Amino acid sequence: MAPPSSRRSGFSKKAQYSLFTGYLLAGGAAVVGAGLLAVSLLQPAAFAPLRGVASDVVAPVGTGTAVVRTESQGLFAGIAGYFYAGQQNAALRREMEIARIRLAEADAVRAENLRLKGLLGLREGEANPVAVARLVGSTATSSRRLGFINAGANNGVQPGMPVLSERGVIGRVLETGRNSARVLLLTDSESVLPVRRAKDNIIAFAEGRGDGLLRIRLVNLGVNPLKVGDMMVTSGAGGYYRPGVAVAVIAKITPDGGIARLVAEPAATNFVAVEPVHQPAAIAELADPETQDPAPVATASGAASPGAAASAAVAE
Amino acid sequence: MERLDPRARSDLYGLRINRAPYPWRVRSVPYVSIMLGSLLPVLLIADLMPLVPPLGFIMLLGWRMVRPGLLPLWAGAPLGAFDDLVSGQPFGSAILLWSLAMIGLEIIETRFPWRGFWQDWFTASVLALLYWFAALLVSGAKASPEMMLVAVPQALLSLLLYPITARMVASLDRFRLARARKID
Repeated sequence: MAPPSSRRSGFSKKAQYSLFTGYLLAGGAAVVGAGLLAVSLLQPAAFAPLRGVASDVVAPVGTGTAVVRTESQGLFAGIAGYFYAGQQNAALRREMEIARIRLAEADAVRAENLRLKGLLGLREGEANPVAVARLVGSTATSSRRLGFINAGANNGVQPGMPVLSERGVIGRVLETGRNSARVLLLTDSESVLPVRRAKDNIIAFAEGRGDGLLRIRLVNLGVNPLKVGDMMVTSGAGGYYRPGVAVAVIAKITPDGGIARLVAEPAATNFVAVEPVHQPAAIAELADPETQDPAPVATASGAASPGAAASAAVAE
Repeated sequence: MERLDPRARSDLYGLRINRAPYPWRVRSVPYVSIMLGSLLPVLLIADLMPLVPPLGFIMLLGWRMVRPGLLPLWAGAPLGAFDDLVSGQPFGSAILLWSLAMIGLEIIETRFPWRGFWQDWFTASVLALLYWFAALLVSGAKASPEMMLVAVPQALLSLLLYPITARMVASLDRFRLARARKID
């Protein structure tokens, strides 16, 4: 289709000027956009208040779709359940037998733990969540993996707080609005989380790869002790997460660690708990300009920089 | 006449005598539909990889190609600013890229004033691919090969989406201009 003739300027000065102004405005907007882009790449938190307002508007709608999503998941699971009922019943019976035995063992271990902790004078309870919220949305078009939850500053949520589901770590609060918050999911390629192997104290970093898997990088290089199926849990280094929360299961071994799958997948999650920062004092110490390099990207992207976290791990 | 055929005196937009389109519809429908395109992907949980093509940008392309001259040349900036607020990209990326796309389309249109559907599709595909790649680069994440690989379906979808978008924009345009208001 040819452009309408009203858009050909011809000899009309007015039409020529308005066409020129259009180009000028669009070109100016592109330049301003480039400037804003540079600012927000260097200072990711710069436009957080604006985004907070936008996510506050989106969150109520997202709550509706989140309810529909979880209910439809339940429906499909229910239908699938009919097909596998008998087989599943037998498997569950076997599992329960084993679980009973393990539970008894765990009771013994817990009793011993209590006794030992009493001896050491340590007291470490479950942290009370600041807020329980629904995961209402995510950035499905961008290559950044951010989620939205429908609890914000009004509920006491603050940037840096860990977000956990009943299965394990989901991510960390990046920015807050009044009634909504942005969460940096573990799979984002800017996310770094200090972890350790659940059964011993092999420490590593879990970095998002941007494709749904985590890269586990061991801190101590040497013979790679990881095996497929190993569970990685938070180590508590860095001070944001409490130790011992499930993060990922190793799926593949690489020379410097492994590739791991998430334990808690946000898409399959109904409710999440926002917990307070585990050790705010340590965070304040790390954020001190004397101990950490002041690159704004490292602090604002939400990931404790590896060097700082490693020093915290040593201190622990 | 109406007894023989009730639609005898009407055209694509409805009855012609005594009727007029709503002014608010005439002005707002393109903008609202593009903003809805930006908002829709937010409501899906994509935890592993980018799943949905940039619907807001594709709607913008659709309106620009199907109804040239309707959106002003600078419309990419405010609409892009809105997209940036919800899309997760760093603020400013869509302002820049959408403005550039609008200027680019204007230049292409001056160069090739007579176009057809296939050429429109080709132009939209090239622009969508360029946008996909540029958005990956400026997203603030390190562009690793794995990330590129998982974003390929997104690029393919945005190529295939143009014909549907063009149809959708055309029907939205009929809704926009429908003579629904009765003049007394």
